[in-house]
Amino acid sequence: MPEQPQILRPQSDRSMIEIENVTRSYGAFKALDDASLTIREGEFFSLLGPSGCGKTTLLRMIAGFDNPTSGSISVGGQPMEGIPANRRPTNMVFQSYAIFPHLNVEQNVAYGLKRLRLQGGEEKRRVEEALAQVSLTGLGKRLATELSGGQRQRVALARALVMRPKVLLLDEPLSALDKKLREQMQVELRRLQQAVGITFVLVTHDQYEALAMSDRIAVMFGGKIAQVASPKEIYQRPVTRQVADFLGGMNFVKAQIVEENGASLVVDTLGFGRIKTDKPKAFVRNGGGTTLGIRPERLRVLWDNATAKFEVAGKVVERHYFGEITHLIVEIPGLEKPLSVTETNDFGADDIPVGTSIRLAYDPEALVAMAD
Amino acid sequence: MTAAAERSPPLRMTRARRNALLQSEPVQGLALISPTFIYALILLVLPILVVIAHSFWTQHYLTIDRTFTLENYRVALTEPIYRDLLRRSLYISLTVSVLTVLLAYPIAYFISFHGGRHKSLWLFLITIPFWTSYLLRVMSWKVILGYNGVLNSGLMGLGIIDEPSTALLYNSSAVIITLTHAWAAFAILPIFVSLEKVDRTLVEAATDLGDGPLRSFLRVTLPLSAPGVISAALIVMIPTVGDYVTPKLVGGKDGVMIANAIQAQFGKASNWPLGAALSVTTMLIVTLMAGATVLIIRALQRLAR
Repeated sequence: MPEQPQILRPQSDRSMIEIENVTRSYGAFKALDDASLTIREGEFFSLLGPSGCGKTTLLRMIAGFDNPTSGSISVGGQPMEGIPANRRPTNMVFQSYAIFPHLNVEQNVAYGLKRLRLQGGEEKRRVEEALAQVSLTGLGKRLATELSGGQRQRVALARALVMRPKVLLLDEPLSALDKKLREQMQVELRRLQQAVGITFVLVTHDQYEALAMSDRIAVMFGGKIAQVASPKEIYQRPVTRQVADFLGGMNFVKAQIVEENGASLVVDTLGFGRIKTDKPKAFVRNGGGTTLGIRPERLRVLWDNATAKFEVAGKVVERHYFGEITHLIVEIPGLEKPLSVTETNDFGADDIPVGTSIRLAYDPEALVAMAD
Repeated sequence: MTAAAERSPPLRMTRARRNALLQSEPVQGLALISPTFIYALILLVLPILVVIAHSFWTQHYLTIDRTFTLENYRVALTEPIYRDLLRRSLYISLTVSVLTVLLAYPIAYFISFHGGRHKSLWLFLITIPFWTSYLLRVMSWKVILGYNGVLNSGLMGLGIIDEPSTALLYNSSAVIITLTHAWAAFAILPIFVSLEKVDRTLVEAATDLGDGPLRSFLRVTLPLSAPGVISAALIVMIPTVGDYVTPKLVGGKDGVMIANAIQAQFGKASNWPLGAALSVTTMLIVTLMAGATVLIIRALQRLAR
């Protein structure tokens, strides 16, 4: 995962997009089910979810290519109902890039400006500025067919940015690129967003992409928004098992509720003993049981005689080597499922033989309660 | 090793060579096209060569004088009657292609963009007129445009005209109307195919960048469907220049085209060399016209940027 660049711009608290109780149904099927969301001005916002979760439908409704069955969308304080796509203050980077094949790079970028009839070389200046922003200076005369995937993507970006929209919508813009280029573009997109200060709304099914680029993420499943939070909070404190699972590996541990009060829970687990943990916002008690989760990298192998305040003992049953890290599957007496542990290889986790008894250190804070 | 085995290498080599020959792609390709190729050679190239040869000869009643002469071309290019016929043929075919493309485009557009699940049904419906003979379709236009025809009776019934108009049938307009109808499907199909290939997200992208429906059509859809328009125009233009049946049936005296004159030279007038020279001249002019059409549409396409 590329390092997240420093946030250069102070976040504004003013809202840019208001989505209120938006539902989009196709017959009996609801592609989007009563979704409400506020996206702030100047924010890099991601809609994250598996295919068919309604994220693209929502994006297309913001752009004006689709209309809500009920509910309302406003952009920049202006209600969007009845405003066609060509008059909305949004521009889109399409998944397929949609570069006009009969035009060259410059003509593609200038496409939307032509209608504005800018005076005195203003059009040329803005096109060049946009091409410079996406590092395509000098390629203006190339035809779309002569460009690589990454370059086409940059043209699509420049073509949208040159319009100076209030909101830039990106529909899985990186999904067609290979891994290396994709990671490079993640960093560049984030930098670009910081430089131009435009609100970006990104649709993606790639959790690393969303984590690496966004200020905030909305995780969606089956037409509903499951959680809206910062990348760190989404990853560390998922509110449901579904969110936790989608954002990467998670060990689920069954627990019995001993005590429940305002903001915290005290639970008993078989492997980790008694734990006091924060109560998730949407927590609904369902009998006496609940689920705790801990990320595989929050469990640490204790070497030799090292001790930790909180530790569990178990036996390695499987080992998977991934280059810089190793996944260990560790059986803990009392736990129905073995724990998955991610350990970096600098201390030799890749050499632990299967069958070894080991001890794992953990931070009780890393064990989070979540709804099923 | 047996003696037989020792003798076998040269044999195996030729067999290997023959197999290699049979498996090579160019040879397989040639084998695949050879039936069509031989057919085209015998029925297309040879007759054309015969026609070209005839165009340089002279007819003496029943015999043909095979000394080289350009006299036939002089007649074909300078005699006013042939010049007029050629000019009229070109005018009719150009008008027909322009009208056909103009009428076919909206239909093709509708089927491609709004046909929904019924695209193939629409295309099927377009082929229905072809279930009847071409002659019948021409005849039905006679029924519509004739002195006591549908159009005249209709207009009289509405009180728009007092007596049947004779201006409808037996002139070049009647030929143009009939041909435009007859060739519609041949123009709709290539335009439809090229419209199908237009990526719909490109139209969305144009809309996203601020274009209304008309602008996005003119700036994206139309230029990208130009190949279909070119082939439609050519498909209609090339055969209609040489059309012979339609002018014969609905053209009357004013609708005669060059093909009728060529037919007369090969028939009644019995002057094959002149007929041949007229044919070759027509072919060359059609070639030039087709080339010009392609260049003009390409230039328009560039202008649209």
